[in-house]
Amino acid sequence: MASKSKKKKRLVIRTVVLLLLVSAVVYTIAFKDKVDVLAVGDMAPDFELTDLDGNKHRLSDYKGEGVFLNFWGTWCGPCKREMPFMESQYKAFEKKGVHILAVNIKGSDLKVEAFRDNYKLTFPIAIDKTESVKEVYNIIPLPTTFLINKEGRIEQIITREMSEDEIKSHMESIQPD
Amino acid sequence: MSKINCQCGHENPFGTVLCERCGRPQTTEAKQSETVDMRYEGSARRSQTYKRSIIDRIWNFFSSVKIGISIIVAVLVTSAIGTLFPQKLYVPVSTDADIAAYYERLYGVFGTIYYKLGFYDMYNSWWFITLVGMLGTSIIIASVDRVFPLYKSLKKQRTKRHASFMKVQRIFGEGSSDDPDEALGKAEEKLKSLRYNVKTEEGALLAEKNRFSRWGPYINHAGLIIFLFGILLRGIPGFYVDETMWIREGETRSIPGAPGYFLESKGFILENYTKDEAKEIYGEALDRVGSIAKNYQTDVALYKNKEGGLPGQSEHRKLEKEYSIIVNKPLTFDGYSIFQMDFRLDELKAMTFQLTQKETGKSLGEFTVDLVDPEDTYELAEGTKVKLLDYYPDYDGVENGEPVSKSPIPNNPAFIFEMVTPEKPDGERSFVAIRQTLETEENAYKVNFIKADTRDISGLTIRKDRTLYILLFGGIIFMIGVAMGSYWNHRRIWIQKGKDNTLLIAAHTNKNWFSLKKELNQVQDIAHLPAYEDRLDKESTSENLEGDQQ
Repeated sequence: MASKSKKKKRLVIRTVVLLLLVSAVVYTIAFKDKVDVLAVGDMAPDFELTDLDGNKHRLSDYKGEGVFLNFWGTWCGPCKREMPFMESQYKAFEKKGVHILAVNIKGSDLKVEAFRDNYKLTFPIAIDKTESVKEVYNIIPLPTTFLINKEGRIEQIITREMSEDEIKSHMESIQPD
Repeated sequence: MSKINCQCGHENPFGTVLCERCGRPQTTEAKQSETVDMRYEGSARRSQTYKRSIIDRIWNFFSSVKIGISIIVAVLVTSAIGTLFPQKLYVPVSTDADIAAYYERLYGVFGTIYYKLGFYDMYNSWWFITLVGMLGTSIIIASVDRVFPLYKSLKKQRTKRHASFMKVQRIFGEGSSDDPDEALGKAEEKLKSLRYNVKTEEGALLAEKNRFSRWGPYINHAGLIIFLFGILLRGIPGFYVDETMWIREGETRSIPGAPGYFLESKGFILENYTKDEAKEIYGEALDRVGSIAKNYQTDVALYKNKEGGLPGQSEHRKLEKEYSIIVNKPLTFDGYSIFQMDFRLDELKAMTFQLTQKETGKSLGEFTVDLVDPEDTYELAEGTKVKLLDYYPDYDGVENGEPVSKSPIPNNPAFIFEMVTPEKPDGERSFVAIRQTLETEENAYKVNFIKADTRDISGLTIRKDRTLYILLFGGIIFMIGVAMGSYWNHRRIWIQKGKDNTLLIAAHTNKNWFSLKKELNQVQDIAHLPAYEDRLDKESTSENLEGDQQ
């Protein structure tokens, strides 16, 4: 019957229109704050920083291995407390294919070098002078740590101080097989 | 869902008030009342025709004007509540716990309720976005449900209507005429001169003008939908940026919200009017307040990462342009605008010290420490130097035997110096803070503060709004709709021959009945039409109106 097919068409059109409207609302709610914020599972944006010793570190060079990317500041207490733990785990995991890269925010060469010597840190430390890496990674609190797996994806984002055990288990989670 | 069969034989859809073909009233209510509601031409609203599936039920819900008005009221009420206390954006704390405490401290129980219900960040709350989404849905569905039936019924309206249709119009008249045909002819001529579109059919006439004004409300709603769509687009990356940055003189920073771009501040300038140059205009004010700003300016250089450049690389930057950002004269590039918004003067930048021998007060030379990027050694003379062992930009006392800095900003700098002199080649250590010097043991030399250099900080905002033209377009469409519906009126006049040399007249307009009656009177005068009556405004019948016009 003609009117039956008309009814069916109307039902389809109405369903499509309502679905479009609902998805517009859901999209707006879901993405309201997350416009440029990285989420777990995203590809970690590539960057290149020069460490205190003058070596360049490009994130994409570490493909196939895990990267423990730590953002910190010399004035930040929690950052200071977790640094020695990172140092000891760095020694344990460096040969297992998990690297630490510490990115300092708003530090001067002198200050960061003094800090490194004071805490006897051996993992690479770079200063993000223009804060462009901080901007791309949308860092708000310090310390913030990104765990990046061997595919270059973000495994986890930690925005607080970590204990040594936590650091160890986090590093295990991004250890390549 | 049965169809409605009219006496004329036409089959009308469920919900029809006036027969689509002849205009006979179909509902008991319409048959009994003196006048009929002509909204949507008495045609069936689309949604009334089907009430079966859940989809149809949702559709019908949004199609209702009552529901639409309820949603508008809900948006209004919540928006009003949202203005009672400041929004999160204007609250000077950032973490969730602090925000909750802030509202409780300042506004008590109401503050807590306000916070718990999400009014503190209303425009981002899921329920407010949902309400606005429902409003948009209601606008779209209610319009679609009405505009198509209205369009169809106006398009296929018949010139000759059944007498019962004429009789339920607000303006209706019936009377005998000496020569109905001649009257119709004269009326047609006059109506044409009044710029009506006239159609005739078997002794019946339909004159109509400005039908397009009926589309005004729908066009205006389409404008609203475009506007809402523009707002929606702001959530999509790349369409909308609203960021702020603080940049110090001499600093190069990546621009928030504009990946790949860097800004260098070459200097901030604050100029005040001098008494001489502005005596006439500001003389009095200058005496009262002391100074009036003439100019706030940040001289900048804009850099862009070259193709394939990565964040953090510095060698791939290339100078795009140099510019002086002045209030209302933003730096513009690639859809972005950077505005001068704020400033802070005189942050410490460098400190100059003197190395002196305590006993004699003799100077061994001066050195300047850059507080942003200090050096580790300052050579003063052969065998004389000062080493900077550590530096605390914002010294905040000693914690666990270690000096601490509470921020990276040089608000209260403190230094650990090692002074190497020919007399003390192994060096002496000294901790120097503002108005404070600590020594582990008595030193022979000391570091004296001489002077400080400062620099200014510019507060800039970064804006980009690709949706602006969509909003403007929506606004223009909205106004066109409003104008169409407000400044023009859809007027129709029906005249037809009745039985035994009688004439029937009826008229309808969506608004401004006075002007319709004025035009009808002019036709009446020429064509000698029977008198009519305005059923809803009995005071102003045709006779009265004529009397008024003398």
